Amino acid sequence: MTRDQILTDIRQRFADDIIDVFEKSEKRVYVAIKPEAIKNMAGYIFKDLGARFNIASGVDLRDHHMEILYHFTIEEINLLISLRVTLPKDNLVIDSIASLFEGGNWIEREIHEMLGITFTGHPDMRRLLLADDWPEDVYPLRCDYKEWDKKAIRDRGV
Amino acid sequence: MAKTIVPIGPYHPLQEEPEFFSLTVEGEKVVDIDVRIGYNHRGIEKLSERKSFDNSTFVIERICGICSTSHPFAYTRAVEDIIPVEVPLRAKYIRTIIAEGERVHSHLLWLGLAGHFLGYNTVFMWAWKLREEILDVMEILSGNRNNYAMFKPGGVRRDIKAEDIPICIKKIDSIVPTLTMLKKAVIDDPVLHARTKGIGILTKEESINFCALGPTSRASGVARDVRKDSPYGAYDEVEWAMITTQNGDVFDKAVVRILEMFEAIKIMKQCLLNLPEGEIDLNIKDIPPGEGIGHIEAPRGETFHYVRSDGTNRPVRHKVRAPTFMNLPTFKATVVGETISDATIILAAIDPCYCCTERMAVRDTKGKKMYNGEDLVRLSQARTEKLKQKMGA
Repeated sequence: MTRDQILTDIRQRFADDIIDVFEKSEKRVYVAIKPEAIKNMAGYIFKDLGARFNIASGVDLRDHHMEILYHFTIEEINLLISLRVTLPKDNLVIDSIASLFEGGNWIEREIHEMLGITFTGHPDMRRLLLADDWPEDVYPLRCDYKEWDKKAIRDRGV
Repeated sequence: MAKTIVPIGPYHPLQEEPEFFSLTVEGEKVVDIDVRIGYNHRGIEKLSERKSFDNSTFVIERICGICSTSHPFAYTRAVEDIIPVEVPLRAKYIRTIIAEGERVHSHLLWLGLAGHFLGYNTVFMWAWKLREEILDVMEILSGNRNNYAMFKPGGVRRDIKAEDIPICIKKIDSIVPTLTMLKKAVIDDPVLHARTKGIGILTKEESINFCALGPTSRASGVARDVRKDSPYGAYDEVEWAMITTQNGDVFDKAVVRILEMFEAIKIMKQCLLNLPEGEIDLNIKDIPPGEGIGHIEAPRGETFHYVRSDGTNRPVRHKVRAPTFMNLPTFKATVVGETISDATIILAAIDPCYCCTERMAVRDTKGKKMYNGEDLVRLSQARTEKLKQKMGA
């Protein structure tokens, strides 16, 4: 399939789930979708379109919402599709994609500890990067993060 | 049979970074593996949010000491993707030369370590001696043996002088005969075949499932290379071939890396000889609000950077994904079912910014035996010796 065929195909297949499609350039497309559709769409893009999962990246939007971008590359047509999911801060829960492919496993653990987003259905939600003595409810990549350890020298506002 | 847990790591003097593997073994056989990372988590993504777009380049250059160019390369491409702009052709060529030089020295470093783990210290000596030559070339080009500080959003910081080019080409040419000898020594050696063929196999399906990258995936027959799939720099202007093999074992991963070095040398030479004239920098002043993605092929696989700007001079979010992040989990597929003396080389085969076999202790239920990191390497080396004697080599 060509680039346009794939994009039309996704648009038709997931017409109810897609909020917006932003074609930034030839190589980059951002698709905003509803959070409950992530598992279906990620599965379709990964398995049926043969894409490679690059990574997911979470952002605290500073307006009571958080955003996760799931980046997929379809190598044959040199296209990077990013699925954009926006979650309200009072309900940071989304389906896990780790059951679809192993590559989604670690990054969900990372986003969970860095931003505090819960992935339902994840097989192993242990810490990945943060130290064992890091407090339970402190999330370093949130915009309201405050230094919790008075003795630490890491947050001097450099 | 009673299960025993063999903890490997987190620190070992042989390696540069801390990771912790806990191998569950039954006798000699590994039945489960668990990996813990994070001992070296420095919060660079958070730090980058406090730096200006220019300063961030230096911070992320220090993420990795071996592939110190791949992160700035991906980052600058992400920033350029926000605007979006194309850098001048001469800057693209210079970037490619630096990135390929890095690939050669990184693969040589790995080859040396792999040789050492297998008890072939001659390979270790030869590979690291060759690496010095390529580091000299990098020093001529950038002024540094590592952490080159060549990249900036919009171009490169330092031009390549015309009078340096013949010296570099001579140096690069001088390593090819030794590299060919090394290739023959590794690829044709019957003992190395016995130690590495059919060991730690990552199948094509598993490789796709784990989203493995770089030589780790190309050794399993998955032809994925950002340089070919989404050409950047000067990779679509020069001639080179993507190396793939089919078996996915340790031997194939070594073969991919060795042959890739020849391709990298080819690319470097073509770029140096055909370096176009012109500007090397766009002098970008303002970064508009928006988001950008940059991904490039580092020695170990695709490095991925996502940068978001809100129009100020600092990134709002900077996500860094190093290739080992995707390659490390493949241990689940490769180590399980193999013997403990092969575990070292399988763990080393993905070329993890891998560390640390120290503080390794076999605690069996009776608590009699204790192995440390060096014992494991010795175990692996002893096995090669045994094979050598058996095969009369």
